[in-house]
Parts: sequence; C-alpha cells; structure tokens
Amino acid sequence: MENLVEVRDLKVEATTDSGRRVEIIKGVSLDIAPGEIVALIGESGSGKTTIALTLMGYTRSGCSISGGTVRIAGKDMVTLSERERAGIRGTEVAYVPQSAAAAFNPAQRIIEQVVEVTRIHRLMPAEEARQKAVELFRALSLPNPETIGGRYPHQVSGGQLQRLSAAMALIGDPRLVIFDEPTTALDVTTQIEVLRAFKSVMKKGGISGVYVSHDLAVVAQIADRIVVLRNGEVQEVGATADILTRAQHPYTRELLAAFEPKPRGEETVVEERKVLLEIKGLSAGYGPIQADGQPLVRAVQDVSLTVEKGRNLGIIGESGCGKSTLARAIAGILPASSGTILFDKSELEGSVRQRSRDHLREMQIVFQYADTALNPAKSIEEILGRPLMFYHGMKGKQRDSRIDQLLDMVHLPKTLRHRRPQELSGGQKQRVNFARALAAEPKLIICDEVTSALDTVVAAAIIELLKELQRELSLSYIFISHDLSVVEAICDEIVVMYGGRKVEEITPAVLKAPQHPYSKLLFSSVPRLDPSWLDTLELDPELVTTYGHR
Amino acid sequence: MTQSATLSQKFGYRFSWVGMIGLSIMLFWGIIALIAPHIIPHPVGEIVDEDYFGAISSRFWLGSDYLGRDMLSRILMGARYTVGISLAAVSIACFCGVVLGMTAAVVGGWLDAALSRFLDAMNSIPGKLSGLVVVAAVGSSITVLIVTLAVIYTPGAYRFARALAVNINTMDYITVARTRGEGIFYIIRSEILPNITGPVLADLGLRFVFIVLLLSGLSFLGLGVQPPYADWGALVHENVGGLPFGAPAVIVPSLAIASLTISVNLLIDNLPQKIRDRNA
Repeated sequence: MENLVEVRDLKVEATTDSGRRVEIIKGVSLDIAPGEIVALIGESGSGKTTIALTLMGYTRSGCSISGGTVRIAGKDMVTLSERERAGIRGTEVAYVPQSAAAAFNPAQRIIEQVVEVTRIHRLMPAEEARQKAVELFRALSLPNPETIGGRYPHQVSGGQLQRLSAAMALIGDPRLVIFDEPTTALDVTTQIEVLRAFKSVMKKGGISGVYVSHDLAVVAQIADRIVVLRNGEVQEVGATADILTRAQHPYTRELLAAFEPKPRGEETVVEERKVLLEIKGLSAGYGPIQADGQPLVRAVQDVSLTVEKGRNLGIIGESGCGKSTLARAIAGILPASSGTILFDKSELEGSVRQRSRDHLREMQIVFQYADTALNPAKSIEEILGRPLMFYHGMKGKQRDSRIDQLLDMVHLPKTLRHRRPQELSGGQKQRVNFARALAAEPKLIICDEVTSALDTVVAAAIIELLKELQRELSLSYIFISHDLSVVEAICDEIVVMYGGRKVEEITPAVLKAPQHPYSKLLFSSVPRLDPSWLDTLELDPELVTTYGHR
Repeated sequence: MTQSATLSQKFGYRFSWVGMIGLSIMLFWGIIALIAPHIIPHPVGEIVDEDYFGAISSRFWLGSDYLGRDMLSRILMGARYTVGISLAAVSIACFCGVVLGMTAAVVGGWLDAALSRFLDAMNSIPGKLSGLVVVAAVGSSITVLIVTLAVIYTPGAYRFARALAVNINTMDYITVARTRGEGIFYIIRSEILPNITGPVLADLGLRFVFIVLLLSGLSFLGLGVQPPYADWGALVHENVGGLPFGAPAVIVPSLAIASLTISVNLLIDNLPQKIRDRNA
C-alpha cells in the first residue's frame, strides 16, 4: 500500500535577528500510511510543530524549507506554488490548533466558521455543508448537535470548542489531519471526552493523522506509531507498543522514566510533628463585598487545612476550582474575606501590607510562569540579590558569595549570574525562580503549578530538586497542581478541591482509594502509559454529567 | 535620546541607517545650540546688509532678514532657544508625567482616580489656547515659556506612562515584590521603570516634536521668545513679509524646524534594537 505522506530528508532553516541562519530541522524523514495516526513527540524546541506545519507547505515567519521533499498523495508541498498549496489546505490536509479559543473568531457564530472551508473551496452548497457540520458535531459527541453551531465561541466550554475546531478541520473531508497539542490546555476530565471523540471520528473515516504532543500517555491512547524528536532530528520511530515497552534510544527511555510515577519514597523522619500552618474556614473571592460580608464571586469557600513542619501538602483540582485563589489568600496577595491563618503559632493578618517582614520572609510563593515572575529588565544577580539585601541586609562580597551558593543549590552554573531571564531556558528560569524564594530562607514555599509550563523531563528534574532542597533545608511545601502524578511524587497529604470547596483530604496510604465521587473521577481520568487504557476505561456516566464540563 | 552613534552590530545592537541619519541631524543641531555664540559670523542684533531680504551671497550665506541682519547668525542662535526651551520643557513634562503615571498605576484606588480625572481635565484644554492665555497674563520670558509648555504636555505623558505601567503592574514579578514587602518607591523605580524606558523614550521624542511646533507657533504669533533674540518660529514670523520675494530669510528657518522635527521622528521610529541571538 502506498504511503499517503512521504517526507524525505526535510530541512528547515530559520533566520535569527542578527541575520544568521540556523538549521532547526536537520534532515527528517517519515511516512504515514492511509488511515494511520502518527505521533510526533518531543520537548519544546524539538521541531515537532515545525515538521507538522511543513505537511501543509507552511513555515512560520522567518523560517523556510531549505531542502528535502514533503509528498502528500504524490504532490510535493515544497515545490508547489502558493496558490496550489492553498487549494490543498483544508481539502486534503487540515489543521487543529492547540488553542481553539484563540483560533475561533469571537465575533462570529461557530457554524459560520465551521462551514467556511466548504465556501472557500466551493465544495458543496451552504445547506448541505450545514447538515454535514451537524453530523460531525454528532460524531464528535457534542451536546445539542442541532443547535450548538448557533452559539458564539465564548458560549461553549474549552473541551467543546476543541472538538468544534476538529469539526472545522474535518468538514472538507481531508485525507490527513494535523493535531497540534489539542488537549494540552484541557483538564484531565475533559481531555478524555475529547480524545475519545477524535479517535472514533478518525477511525470511522479512515483518516490519517499527525498528533503533535509532549505527553506520552495521551499519545499512547491515540497513535499507531510514535516518532521521537529532539533538536530537529528523529531519535526513534516505532509502533506505539514497542516504544512504550522496548524503547531503544536513551532519550526515549529518559522520556519514559520521567513519566513513571515516583512515589514520595521513604517518609522523611520528623522528630516531632509540629504544625506549621493551620487554616480554618478560609473564604476568599473577587468583586464588591455583599451584605453578608462575602465578596460577589466566591472562589474559595470555607477551606480548612494544616501543613506540618517538613511535610508537604498538595492541592489538586481542575482549572477554576479555586486552588490558585487559595494560594493567593494564604500568601496575603488577595486578603481572605473570612477565616483565620495561623502560621508558626501566630495569627497572620489577611493582607501582605499588614504582615510583619519576618512573616513575609518565612512564607514565599513561587509562580507557574517564570517568564512573568522574573523581571526581564534585570540580571539574575539583581533578581537574587534583592531579597538578600531586603531581608538579611547583605551587601558586597557577602551577598555575592551567597548568590553563588544559591545558584549552586539549584544546580545552575555561576556564569549565569550576569544573564537576563530571557536568555535562559524554561527549566533554568524556574530554578532561578526557586532560588529567589530560597534567598529569603523561608519555612514554607507555596508552589503554584510550578511544573505545568515545563516539559516532562525538565519537570521531573525540578521535582527532584525540590525534594533535595527539602532534605537539606527542612522546608515545607504547599504544592498546587492540576497534574496528579506531580502531586503524588512530592506530597505527604493531598487536598482535592472542586468548585471552591475542599472535597476530600487524602494521605498517600489511602491514595488509591479516594472516597469522594469527584476525587474518584479525577484520579481515574489521568492517562496511563497503556495503549488500551482509553478503550477499556469505564467512567460512571452519572459522575461525568455531575462533575465533567461536557 | 543621548545614545552615541557607536552602537552597532559589534555591541550587540542593530541600528538602521535611517535612524543614524536622524541621530546625526539631531546631534548637529545640539552641537550648534551649544557652540553658537562662538561661531556666528555677525552679532545677532546688528544690521550688516544695506539691502533687506538679501539673497544668498558669499558674505551672507543664508541672505539677510527684513532689517538687513545676517540670517545665518540668527538661525544658529535661534537653535539655542528652539532646542533649549523645548528640551527643558519636554524633560520636565515627561519626568512629572512618568513619575505620576507610575505612582497612579501602582497605588491605584482613589489616588489613581483623582489624578487621572484632574489631568484629563487639563488635557481637555487646547494647548495653544492655554499657552496664549498664560503668556498674555504673565508676560513672556524663557522661564514662563518652559513652565507653560511643560504643564501643557504633562497630562499626555502621564496617560502614556500610566497605560504602560498598568500592564507591567499585573506581572507576577510585581506580585512577588509586593509579597516580599517592598515599598511603592522600590516597585516604581526598580521593577516598573526599567521595563517601560523604551516606549517612554519614544514618547519623549514625539512630545519634543510637539513642543518645538507649539513653541514655534507661539513665537509666530509674537508671544514666544522676544526681540532682538528669536527662535526659529519667531524668525519665520518676522520675515513672513519676504514670502512674495522668495526671500531665503523665511524659507530657511522653516527648513530648520522641519529638519529637527523630522529627524527626531526618524530616530524614534528606528531606535537601535538589541540583537538577541548571542551566537552571531
């Protein structure tokens, strides 16, 4: 059987702002048979999206295809004219972007945008296109397929919008669909629905697919073959089951190892269990204060929890469950509307401004995006030096040697100290972000989704670093994440939040048996590295309708 | 606006030739303004030509004005007033505007509301009109001109800086600084200011052009720099009678104003950009 896609020795070059040309794809070859789904997997910067885009003959601005051929059904996308490529896009090759919210025009009804492809290519009359769209909506198991197209993009949920953008890609009956990290921005409970819908539609239509992702577990569910990429080169190609069980290349093994759940290990021995932080009946929210003394939008309601010295608390829940608001209330960024915060035996004021400098020093918060948490106009030295001077009055030589120590603690070379944040990689930035919190010599660090923006391998290294620092400095962490495996890896206790309330508190001993129905749904929704996981997974439909955002 | 012309690829910056032309014209006028008293061929107030609106000649390179005074000397000296007054006014306006704007953005609340409404009200008064009223009321002197021009252009600088600072203020590193317990002064100076200097400098250049034009306009109406000294606007005004004769005395100061304002615009549209590719 002839392959639908044949990529041979593909090279893509990018021009930097100094006019230098850099090869970002270094001779990649791959084949896709009709009806086959191939996953491109690798960390950010590995060139997986760049390769996927060349299948449509497209490169991002500043980049160009400098060599090789990209044959789709016998036509070389590299040598075709732009007009000929435009004819192929949407009808033979279609694209599903990572962020459907950014890909839809917020000012137009969804159905108009879904059938647009048929109008541009004059494929079918408008009425027929609409009927076809509704069929696709049904096939993608969207609710109310007859009427959902009449809504505007902001009126449907993120998971629904992602499926609608798949409908947009499928309406032109393409032979190849490119999925560019389509579920990365979704909650795990939503992700399952979207993956199932994608899989069944692709199977039914016998459509070939390219699935770009950094998440091996997701890829394991949907792909027939996996291509592992790094630095613009193919590391390993193989059938999904082979890659997962008999990986040959060391990098693939590293990726797999980063995915293995690493339980907390032997419990750190604490001489006596002392309560470090105790929160009672905390509520917080946004908007004007109402008559009952509570804000208009209550993001966190009546949450109580305790953190013991030298032990870690994980807070888990989907986006919008109030976990970040809870972190902000504890740190005093958003003063709590009611409840008490007891830290190291003294009661904390609600707002940062009223707290004493020592209290501020002892509790540090580390944010998700190191890009926005580090001032781009300052050098690493200045960023780390400020808390040293502010809290400890360190100056000159003493401060310099302490900065070196801090860089050493987070395993960064000392030569980085004169660099600016934008000259560092994502993992390095997150390490600097931590070093700044450590500079204060805190007792408690609140980590708000610190690994969510990082690649799997890098995130695993950050988690290892956190554990190591805890052993050395007897810190406590509050670890907030939507990613259960990350929380499992580091926390002694896990709090599950839903709709602004704490629904359950779990200790790892009983972790496998969560009691609350929402916890059950959440825990069972995390993808496993087992290709048959999605097909055999049975979720209680009642639970899904109650807690899933369909 | 004081970056030296040596910025090049070697220093990790890219600087287009259009920007360099703008910078060199600006530097040229800047230097002229400094050394004018030492290079003028004739005293500014002295009548040296027997003809008025004299043509360009080897003795008077730029002709003579409506009284027979040397035009070249008057233009060179005029650069002092036009560049000096405008620079002083724009510095004051931008300093006040940026400091108030950043404070309003960081403090927020009623201070922000009060400052914004007050300065919006100031903004709603036409600049030329308020300039006329002030000068007519207290008389024209260089100090009065500088202060008036600065006050007229402060609200715009405030609006601009506040808009930039509000965006920076939502960044996580500001939140980190706040949870560290930092004061307002530190947040403004160390966290916000370094991140808005680029756009603020561009705004300063633009506002400088506005002030040159407004000052020239005031002088053209006879309310600016007073005789026997004259800035470029005043030079156009006093020699406007030479227009029917095609006298260089009215054309040359207009060209001087145009060259300065256009060169500032060329520069701020083509500021040197840092090259992020370190391996180049």
